[in-house]
Amino acid sequence: MEAIRIEKLTKRYGTLTAVSELELSIHGGETFGLLGVNGAGKTTTVKMLSCLTRPDSGDAYLNGKSIVSESAEVKSIIGVSPQETAVAPNLSVRENLEFMCGVFGFSKDKTRSKTEELIVSFDLGSVADRKAGKLSGGWQRRLSIALALVGEPEILFLDEPTLGLDVIARSELHDFIRSLPEEVTVVLTTHYMEEAEALCDRIGIMKEGRLIALGTVPELCALAGKDGFEAAFVALVKGEKQ
Amino acid sequence: MRMLAFSNRNLKEIVRDPLTVAFSLGFPLVLLLLLSAIQANIPVPMFEIETLAPGMCIFGLTFMTLFSATLIARDRETSFLRRLYTTPMRAGDFICGYMLPIIPISVGQSAVCYAAAFALGLKPDLGVLWSLLSIVPVSLFFIALGLLCGSLLTVKQVGGICGALLTNLAAWLSGIWFDLELVGGAFRDIAYALPFVHAVELERGLVSGSGTEALLHVGVLAGYTVLAIALAVAAFLRKMHRE
Repeated sequence: MEAIRIEKLTKRYGTLTAVSELELSIHGGETFGLLGVNGAGKTTTVKMLSCLTRPDSGDAYLNGKSIVSESAEVKSIIGVSPQETAVAPNLSVRENLEFMCGVFGFSKDKTRSKTEELIVSFDLGSVADRKAGKLSGGWQRRLSIALALVGEPEILFLDEPTLGLDVIARSELHDFIRSLPEEVTVVLTTHYMEEAEALCDRIGIMKEGRLIALGTVPELCALAGKDGFEAAFVALVKGEKQ
Repeated sequence: MRMLAFSNRNLKEIVRDPLTVAFSLGFPLVLLLLLSAIQANIPVPMFEIETLAPGMCIFGLTFMTLFSATLIARDRETSFLRRLYTTPMRAGDFICGYMLPIIPISVGQSAVCYAAAFALGLKPDLGVLWSLLSIVPVSLFFIALGLLCGSLLTVKQVGGICGALLTNLAAWLSGIWFDLELVGGAFRDIAYALPFVHAVELERGLVSGSGTEALLHVGVLAGYTVLAIALAVAAFLRKMHRE
């Protein structure tokens, strides 16, 4: 089943075309990686798909709902973990989760059960009553992803989820992302090749606002004629495919 | 429901910041005590407690502008607002959620000021109660100004403009520290064209029970409040839609 269908999606900023007539289909339950060098159009694409930025032309359908004409419905089925951790610093971890439950209009009982569920699933028990702003980057990232899951999203956007984390914290977050319910479709952007390789079922590589390659890691390596994914990525972006 | 959840979060963010508590309660209290001590040694009509206390309540409201602006600017800079824009929250939830929790903080701050003023000799009567109640509509102007600045400025700019410029402007042009008639001329005219002195004189009139020009003050304040709210909402929505 198709979770995201993107049709000729275009966004311009003045004379710069950030995303140009993007066409893409992402399957339900898939973990899809969007890769590219800085300025390739990944973040603009995620912003459009999460209804933060309106496209200049084209449309995208998230589980059948248009980002242009049904943005309120789209917002009710997505979760977003931005590049920055974006937590409420003076609220405890538990209060952050309870606040987000309030944003989604949960009852008291559901708020209590959802908060406990996320504290357990993300192993946040030891820091549940500490202020979020006082936590390390790794814990804040964990909370950030937990916050994005409060609304029980069908589609989850993770923008650079492990940016700035040490190797241990990154590995732990990879485990959490892998343990997400399999019916949740995940779209993640990253600059770490090994992260894309470890987590993504398929990968789309963007350059100058266009999708230049699409496939699984072995397919992309074969397309570029390279053994390693990083070498394949470099070759594809530089247009050196064999 | 969403708005209440957001208000509750904003209230906690503000009152849990120790600097907020120190400035919003401590600073006006210290000034009240200091100026009362000066008044005890060198009597000046301006620093009599029934004149000084209402002025201090209004001066304290300038910190509400600083707090609301800082909170909004920080939420923008840390992408917290961006996260919330992707949820089912609507524009009204954001605007009311930012403005409402600062009203009880404003009233609480004024209540503490008046409690200290009672200890310094202010007579507790109905006029003080009216003055305290009037803080609710008067605070809306200062809070809206915070929403406007927070929507347009960075946290650093908010510190400079709301923290330094606005508090000084409000202090000089409100007639709290010196009689504007003593300066006279263009300075006095500018002061009376702005809302600060009207807010102070409205509060003083309510405390003394001699609000002869109350309607004029209410009119000017209402005009500035409506303008500030309209500009703040427009600026916030513009930023929100640009996002």
